[in-house]
Amino acid sequence: MSTLEIKDLHVSIDTEQGTKEILKGVSLTIKTGETHAIMGPNGSGKSTLASTIAGHPRYNVTSGSITLDGEDVLAMTVDQRARAGLFLAMQYPVEVPGVSMTNFLRTAKTAIDGEAPKLRTWTKDVKAAMAQLRIDADFTQRNVNEGFSGGEKKRVEILQLELFKPKFAILDETDSGLDVDALKVVSEGVNRAHAEGNMGTLLITHYTRILRYIKPEFVHVFVDGQVVEEGGPELADRLEEEGYDRYATGAGAATIAAADAAAQA
Amino acid sequence: MTDVTTEKARIGAPSAQPFINGFTEEGESLSPLNAAESKSPLAGDAVKRHSHGGGVGIPDSSRAGRLSSYKLADFKPLTGMEEDWRFTPLKRLRGLHTEVLNGAAPSVAVTGPDSVRIESVGRDDARIGSAAIPEDRVSANAWENFTEATVITVPAEVQVDGEVSVLLTGQGTDASAQHLVIVAEKFSKSVVVLDHQGTAVVSENVEIVVEDGAQLTVISLQEWNDDAVHASSQQVKLGRDAKFKHIVVSLGGDLVRVTPSARFTAPGAEVELFGLYFADAGQHLEQRLFVDHAVANCKSNVLYKGALQGRNAHTVWVGDVLIRKEAEGTDTYEANRNLVLTDGARADSVPNLEIETGLIAGAGHASATGRFDDEHLFYLMARGIPEKVARRLVVRGFLNEIIQQIKVPAIEERLTAAVERELAATDN
Ligand SMILES: Nc1ncnc2c1ncn2[C@@H]1O[C@H](COP(=O)(O)OP(=O)(O)O)[C@@H](O)[C@H]1O
Ligand SMILES: [Mg+2]
Repeated sequence: MSTLEIKDLHVSIDTEQGTKEILKGVSLTIKTGETHAIMGPNGSGKSTLASTIAGHPRYNVTSGSITLDGEDVLAMTVDQRARAGLFLAMQYPVEVPGVSMTNFLRTAKTAIDGEAPKLRTWTKDVKAAMAQLRIDADFTQRNVNEGFSGGEKKRVEILQLELFKPKFAILDETDSGLDVDALKVVSEGVNRAHAEGNMGTLLITHYTRILRYIKPEFVHVFVDGQVVEEGGPELADRLEEEGYDRYATGAGAATIAAADAAAQA
Repeated sequence: MTDVTTEKARIGAPSAQPFINGFTEEGESLSPLNAAESKSPLAGDAVKRHSHGGGVGIPDSSRAGRLSSYKLADFKPLTGMEEDWRFTPLKRLRGLHTEVLNGAAPSVAVTGPDSVRIESVGRDDARIGSAAIPEDRVSANAWENFTEATVITVPAEVQVDGEVSVLLTGQGTDASAQHLVIVAEKFSKSVVVLDHQGTAVVSENVEIVVEDGAQLTVISLQEWNDDAVHASSQQVKLGRDAKFKHIVVSLGGDLVRVTPSARFTAPGAEVELFGLYFADAGQHLEQRLFVDHAVANCKSNVLYKGALQGRNAHTVWVGDVLIRKEAEGTDTYEANRNLVLTDGARADSVPNLEIETGLIAGAGHASATGRFDDEHLFYLMARGIPEKVARRLVVRGFLNEIIQQIKVPAIEERLTAAVERELAATDN
């Protein structure tokens, strides 16, 4: 049983116009076995949160903390975080020239586990996982993400999720740009990984449709670098009907709570 | 993020068009190196005169028209504005283009099976000039100045086990001339390794004859010391159904410029030209190749890959492939890929494909220069891979495609180790 805890996280980036604060105090706790959905409009800072957890150098944490079972994640390098059990399925996976998928997967698995996987079983595992995600076998010979379509890149992210078996998976808009069939295939992959019982999931999405396939217990609405509302799956249903308009930018959680109270009265 | 990636699809014979006149393509723009260095008021204009249709630096004539001569005097002194010298920093040639090349040439030690004939001959030997004719001033300068040549002959129908190893050891920094002739007689099969080491300032002509039905691999390794300057013209003439594989590996030296040319003289022949280069800070590694499809039904396949790291690491690749009117049924493909590992390095890549007949089996080219940047590093590290391992993974994978072509295990291992050393140099 593990816990990923984010406390009052403030993050800024350096832009040409100067420093810009993007996350304005985010707190979130995820435990093994839980699925949390973070939903919010474009530009609200969802990818910033995901990338900050993974340790992308562009994002500067100005205050707050991230801990994994009490260990200071912010003190870890990017590769240490991955080896500690954090996995980020990226919104835009990059193409890496010169490195074949086979070589990449084996090297990463070796780094994460601290020992090389047994070649026979590993090859079999990779093949089986690829077949389940409907990834062509010849992808192993290609360079990482090179020339893959948007949907193929997302499937390959989930392939890694299934092979690397992280403690926490952060899925940054894995659903975007997928057609219905691909969405199903990818969701099944996430659900398989989750069903093994040793993973917590942070599902970042703009749309609600992936929630038909992956069921979160907790939903957090993210606007302008803050969580403005939290609830159970019913909150997602409500978002599906009403969209994000209710959360006009600048409206704090208190305002929304007050408005809701008024509406219910 | 991978930048400046241009990839051209392989094009087949354009059936609707019977003739494509002087079709050329340009990769990257003119190097400012020589233009900036030159005090000549003409510099700017001279550069412009090379441009066609708004493009900069497109050769103004077909490769077929390039001057070739055994006489140094036929080549004008270099200014750096010449099409084939525009990327080369002439100041660093250490006199190869201006001096009399009478320094001590690199020593030559040849080892190989007894079946292979090794001779040291004078300038008047009949085999001198059997495959090559200088195509630039530096090559002609060596031709005019060499005193002794090494001739390696693989007799007809002999299949050589193991490789013929030619160790060329530099004798210092006096500008010198070298001459080698390799003859693969009819239906022979062999591998020759030219192993350049030490410190030298040398212009070298390598003549290679691959007779009818022969198969020859020539591997030219440039693992010079940091201060070496090396210009090497390696010209091959192929007979009917001959097969030639050429692998150029440039790692060491201050300035290395290898210019391989392949000429087909009878149908059915095939060349494979491979290259690997790894330029560090300040190094200039240049490769300009020419494949002359002058007869029908021959094949050529070219792949050069380069890695660059450090300030002012500069690589140049120019691939001229000419399919003459007579060369029906030609099948050719050429590609150059570069991987830029750090800021401040520069890769110039120029494929030129000239097609004078529409009746070909296939002709294509590709040139891509990718950067290994922070986003690649982040991606690999986000999968648990430490930074050093990530860098090595990328470069090793990239260059391995060429190393695999060598098929001499000892050399493959040696080059793999050399690439690791190059990478280790970035760690500090
Ligand atoms: N490199 C950058 N330069 C300038 N602004 C950026 C950069 N990256 C992100 N932003 C800004 O940060 C905010 C949050 O972006 P992001 O985290 O990508 O949001 P989301 O994933 O929710 O769409 C946006 O306003 C975006 O414009
Ligand atoms: Mg995003």
